[in-house]
Amino acid sequence: MSGFLSQFGEALPFFAQGVVITLELTILGAALSVVISFIFGLMALSQSVGVRFVSRVFVEFFRGTSLLVQMFWLFFALPLAGIQLVPVATGVIALGLNYGAYGSEVVRGGINAIPRAQWEATIALNMGRVQRMRRVILPQAVVGMIPPFGNWLIQLLKGTALVSLIGLADLTFETQAFRDATGNTVVAFTGALIIYFILAQIFAVLMSLLERRSKASIGQPMERRALGGLGWRLGGSEAA
Amino acid sequence: MVTEPTTNGNTTGKGQSAPDKMVRFDKVVKRFGDLVVLRELDFEVAPAEHVTLIGPSGSGKTTILRLLMTLEKINDGYIWVDGEPLWHMDQGGKLVPANEKYLRRMRPKMGMVFQQFNLFPNMKVLRNVTEAPIYSLGMSKDEAVQRGREILELVGLSDKVDSYPSQLSGGQQQRVAIARALAMNPKILLLDEVTSALDPELVAEVLNVLRDIAHTTEITILCVTHEMQFAKDISHRVMMFDHGQIVEYGPPEKIFSDPEHDRTKSFLRAVLEAR
Ligand SMILES: Nc1ncnc2c1ncn2[C@@H]1O[C@H](COP(=O)(O)OP(=O)(O)OP(=O)(O)O)[C@@H](O)[C@H]1O
Ligand SMILES: [Mg+2]
Repeated sequence: MSGFLSQFGEALPFFAQGVVITLELTILGAALSVVISFIFGLMALSQSVGVRFVSRVFVEFFRGTSLLVQMFWLFFALPLAGIQLVPVATGVIALGLNYGAYGSEVVRGGINAIPRAQWEATIALNMGRVQRMRRVILPQAVVGMIPPFGNWLIQLLKGTALVSLIGLADLTFETQAFRDATGNTVVAFTGALIIYFILAQIFAVLMSLLERRSKASIGQPMERRALGGLGWRLGGSEAA
Repeated sequence: MVTEPTTNGNTTGKGQSAPDKMVRFDKVVKRFGDLVVLRELDFEVAPAEHVTLIGPSGSGKTTILRLLMTLEKINDGYIWVDGEPLWHMDQGGKLVPANEKYLRRMRPKMGMVFQQFNLFPNMKVLRNVTEAPIYSLGMSKDEAVQRGREILELVGLSDKVDSYPSQLSGGQQQRVAIARALAMNPKILLLDEVTSALDPELVAEVLNVLRDIAHTTEITILCVTHEMQFAKDISHRVMMFDHGQIVEYGPPEKIFSDPEHDRTKSFLRAVLEAR
């Protein structure tokens, strides 16, 4: 056991470097895909058939083709057309497009889940379309989007492992590098599993804090219970 | 904008406004698929008049209010509100279907209170009331807040301005909804069974607020209710509907105690038995 720990200690510098890149890709990829989710999710609800069609095609294309192939295409095929992206940008764009396609369905579903009666109340109060969306529909819809976006964020975290295949030194890449350097396969992959697991738990807790806050913002305080993931309790205040 | 009355003897004919009326239905047809809900319905409501619509379930009462609030589209005929067509606009002397811009100009004339309140759960009580005056009437924030507080006081909710709707009882929520509608300063108030979702002990507080409004303001009221005593108290006129047509109408004392038609009699008997 102490042998494992000391070997794990040797691997830590590798893991630490990799985690930085993995987090960078996860956060930037999530940010880009949230933007894309809202753009194409709102387009899917447009009154114009053309706009809805564009959104549909986008979603079907990026959901229906593999993230890995999209990434290879951006990394290897796009330069042939004269556009050379740095590897991090390639990873972020591929993750953003792919997860944005899934996320746009979350946005669309979240908005559709708002009862018709809320829309009717905004009409009765003579609100315009932008005002209705911004002040009434979206603030409520976002609350329902947070749990699916939480799952999706963890999928995205795991999805970042693919960037090691275009040579980005993320956690997976560094794990391989450590294994190549030391031949210690067990420590390398066990360590990687543990670190991905911890990262996922951190994101799960953050998302459930966000869910709690957003529920409070529409006047439905979330019952005091454990937070996301494995059910972490922060501090002692939760026990009451 | 307003078409002049014709000179053919009738004060108002097809496609004509009735300048002295607040609401006029002129051969209004409303269908849902094959189901004809309103068939060439005609009626008028005078300014400051309070009219209660009664009739069996499915007779089209809600549909009438929803057409006025522009929540449903009209299929044929004309609705006139405050001397102007609601669903049509004047284009070179011809009435053509209204566009959204025109509807947005007409809608502030009406305010509606729904059976299920339909408050905005993401806004506190005061903001529920000030939101539309600020962003759709363009009222200044200070003015909207001041007016909002006044109206909330009128409905007895001064102490709840900072609560979320979910923290209120049904009766309180419905009073907020009434305040929210009144804050837009509508000429016509549309009330669709506003107490039927409430626990019995909460009905009175809502009806009392509405009585107050009916007796102290100049607002025109179209009201659907099964609360016959309330209808008697506030209505100048009761209209009995069946199958999207008016069976009879008259002052509440007459309709409730001495109706002409068998359908009205049996309807009233059924309502009384249900209590
Ligand atoms: N959106 C809709 N689609 C299809 N049919 C509808 C729709 N709205 C109303 N209807 C039908 O139109 C008829 C009139 O409905 P309406 O709601 O106006 O009746 P009502 O007089 O208000 O009845 P109640 O007393 O039950 O509220 C009913 O048969 C109803 O089923
Ligand atoms: Mg009804």
